[in-house]
Amino acid sequence: MRRIPWIPITIISVIVIMAAFAPLIAPYSPIDQTLPDKLLPPFWLEGGRGKYILGTDPFGRDILSRLIHGARVSLIVALLALTAGGGVGLAIGILAGYLGGPVDSVLMRLVDAAFTFPAILFALLLAVTMGQGMATLVIAISLLLWASFARIIRGEVLALKQRDFVALAKVRGCSALRIMLTHILPNVLNTFMVLVTLNIGVVIIAEAALSFLGAGIPPPTPTWGLMISEGRGRIADAWWVSLIPGIAITLLVLSVNLFGDWLRDRLDPRLRQL
Amino acid sequence: MKRYILRRLLHGIVLLSMVATIVFFLGRLTGNPVDLMLPEDAAPEDRVALIKALGLDGPLHEQFFIFATNAFKGDLGMSIRMRQPAVEAFFSRLPNTLAIIPWAILLGTCIGIPLGVVSALNRGNILDRAAGTVGVLGIATPSFWLGILLIFVFSVELGWLPSGRMGGPEHYVLPVITLGTFLVAGFMRLTRSSMLEVMDSEFVKLARIKGLHEGVVIWKHCLRNALIPVLTLWGVFVGNLITGAIVVETVFAWPGVGRLTYEAVIYRDFPLLQAVIILKAILILTINLMVDILYAYVDPRIRLT
Amino acid sequence: MSAAGGVKDETILEVRDLRTHFFLRRGVVKAVDGVSFTLRRGEVLGLVGESGCGKSVTALSLMRLLPKGGARAIGGEVLLDGTDILTLGDSQMREIRGRKISMILQDPQTSLNPVFTVGDQLRESIFRRAGGRTAQIMREAVAALRRVDIAAPEQRIGQYPHQMSGGMKQRVVGAIVMSGEPEVLIADEPTTALDVTIQLQYLKLLQRLQRETGMAILFITHDFGVVARLCDRVAVMYAGRIVECGPVQEVFEHPSHPYTQALIASVPAMTGPIGRLTTIEGQPPSLMDLSAGCRFEPRCRHAEARCREAYPPPVGVGPDHTADCWRLQPA
Repeated sequence: MRRIPWIPITIISVIVIMAAFAPLIAPYSPIDQTLPDKLLPPFWLEGGRGKYILGTDPFGRDILSRLIHGARVSLIVALLALTAGGGVGLAIGILAGYLGGPVDSVLMRLVDAAFTFPAILFALLLAVTMGQGMATLVIAISLLLWASFARIIRGEVLALKQRDFVALAKVRGCSALRIMLTHILPNVLNTFMVLVTLNIGVVIIAEAALSFLGAGIPPPTPTWGLMISEGRGRIADAWWVSLIPGIAITLLVLSVNLFGDWLRDRLDPRLRQL
Repeated sequence: MKRYILRRLLHGIVLLSMVATIVFFLGRLTGNPVDLMLPEDAAPEDRVALIKALGLDGPLHEQFFIFATNAFKGDLGMSIRMRQPAVEAFFSRLPNTLAIIPWAILLGTCIGIPLGVVSALNRGNILDRAAGTVGVLGIATPSFWLGILLIFVFSVELGWLPSGRMGGPEHYVLPVITLGTFLVAGFMRLTRSSMLEVMDSEFVKLARIKGLHEGVVIWKHCLRNALIPVLTLWGVFVGNLITGAIVVETVFAWPGVGRLTYEAVIYRDFPLLQAVIILKAILILTINLMVDILYAYVDPRIRLT
Repeated sequence: MSAAGGVKDETILEVRDLRTHFFLRRGVVKAVDGVSFTLRRGEVLGLVGESGCGKSVTALSLMRLLPKGGARAIGGEVLLDGTDILTLGDSQMREIRGRKISMILQDPQTSLNPVFTVGDQLRESIFRRAGGRTAQIMREAVAALRRVDIAAPEQRIGQYPHQMSGGMKQRVVGAIVMSGEPEVLIADEPTTALDVTIQLQYLKLLQRLQRETGMAILFITHDFGVVARLCDRVAVMYAGRIVECGPVQEVFEHPSHPYTQALIASVPAMTGPIGRLTTIEGQPPSLMDLSAGCRFEPRCRHAEARCREAYPPPVGVGPDHTADCWRLQPA
């Protein structure tokens, strides 16, 4: 058994707390511009000031404050998209797995299709037709998630279906819906939780990529992807604007993935090959 | 074998029609497709012409019929910004994307797969851990940020490589590394886990019983089998390459179809984006078909049924 | 069965006090713990025991193909034609494997590589033995398949394992193994995974090949009926040790160890009226914490105090027939 991954847990906790209490923790407003203070480097570099620990962006906004508020956006999007996309995937996986037959084949064909065609492209299309915003972003990222949830949950359900307690429930005359809700669902929740954890990283990167491409939450709301995008042109004279948010993304994604690996080994080692 | 290819081809066509249908309905979702398809300052007569051309005053199923016939004839509308047929714009940019994708695949294959094998052979020791770290980092790092980081290090600070645009071979290095990193990490993790599984199997034991050299056992008997799951997940990797190309080409100002997609998004050029998505679907399906054939070559159980 | 006489008394394989343990995080599993036997040229020795008693681990120890990660032969000697193969280097062992000592695995469904043709897998072992040109190897491969009674070998040679039945695959495995011309063949339950009707055919094939080549076979099984049909001598294994060893007829007629007696009583007689079958009460001991005494003691009807204290030394109970039991010890 692996040891408990304390370092990732600490990093995740710090970021979650930052996001939850962003307005209390952030030293400055993430949106108000202070143009005279623009493009100041982090405090440890020449010309940096203690006022702005991680420096400022081209509009004189404090990067640390934007980072803290950006964590909030990332985590809210992750929470909503995982609930929506994961929930749909869970429902489809249970239906396909338990009902079998034509329902199963049709749903699984859809899943195959979703795997072949990258959902990011639909996400971009949605951003253009529906306009940018939280709702678009959440729908777009849910599209990215549901198929992998459905496929794995279905596999679990197929195995559960053979178990005696399901047969017993049938003999007792339980309806299909009742069996799915009271017997199947509780037994796939462990797997579901592992999948949710393992997919947090996917969502965070997708959100950042969409923001980077101008299809995420519109400015001036700070998001990590947008921050990277805004600093891209200034990489030669102000690297921190772009590189610091990227470090935050990598650190967070790395931490959730390591935590997810550990959780999977504890709760559902069969998912290992993922 | 012929039947297998035919079946895969049929799957592809069904999928393509699904993509096209979704694109069609998303275009109608907001109510007025004319606003999406013409510039804001379009003349009223242009609007009338477009409504007529696409049958927008008729019922939805007639509109869909017109859309489908046009699409079949290769007409996916006019790009608003570029003022040329969207299909043309796509194909003029496509060669530039196809110029980097094979290199990224090569990088992923030549580094990721051997690294996975070596990692599996050294399970648990320092080499395996080092490779594992590269693997988790490669997956956790967003590629657009990695591109910017590479530009900062190799172009800005060291001045070794150009930071973007097409040109001589040195222009390829950073975009290919950026695009290939995900593949390296993905291939490595997958090869490692499937190697570990295969190395435990009975036929590997029989190969050793025959007294074959360890090299033959690993690189012939194990690897060939371990590659099957890598190829099964190929579709996911292709999708990743295509979407990865969007951000990588954006970061490196590379004039391919990825950059074109980005431009279509930021300029809200719906006809262009619609065309790009449908054509990319065709591209993805073509690559997938090629991989399916390769898959059948590697796994005779598929080829012969 | 009795093989071509003459060479029978010459020992080809001698195993002395072999100990193979699995070092796991939970503890040490003593899968093989002091196994000794000899295999003579041209004979078939049956190794019988329940599943989990250490038969297969013994076989893998002899091949030096124990699973990686924890399993190690920590003691004893395995003398193959006079050389202790446990002390050989990896490349020396590879020279011997397939040529002097070879093995047929239990499950034909998984012992052939699914992505290579049968011919390809067969040619590998022919080439290793003899080298030679492609055409020559091809001819030999066809001949090898014919020798194991595969019809139309010219066509079969280009096929993949999944196109064959289980029985045919196990014949192919036989052909592959035989083409290395081994002096010792270990057959680890080669018929367990086959249909009952095919089992007998396969045993007959093995018997014929053994007669033709004069190789020695260590035949691992849990089936006493198969032992009676095929073997010259039998060794009975229980919880990591061989408890009784002797000529088949002798052991059948005078089983001396209580475990052997119980085993034979639990097998329906081949002929005659079906009597009452007995079962052995209790479970085999955990190989992780074994007592110092006789391993069968907790299940033995004749258990005494001394059985708990020390493991009994082998006692000769007949010609070429020994058993490890305190009761047989002269007082």
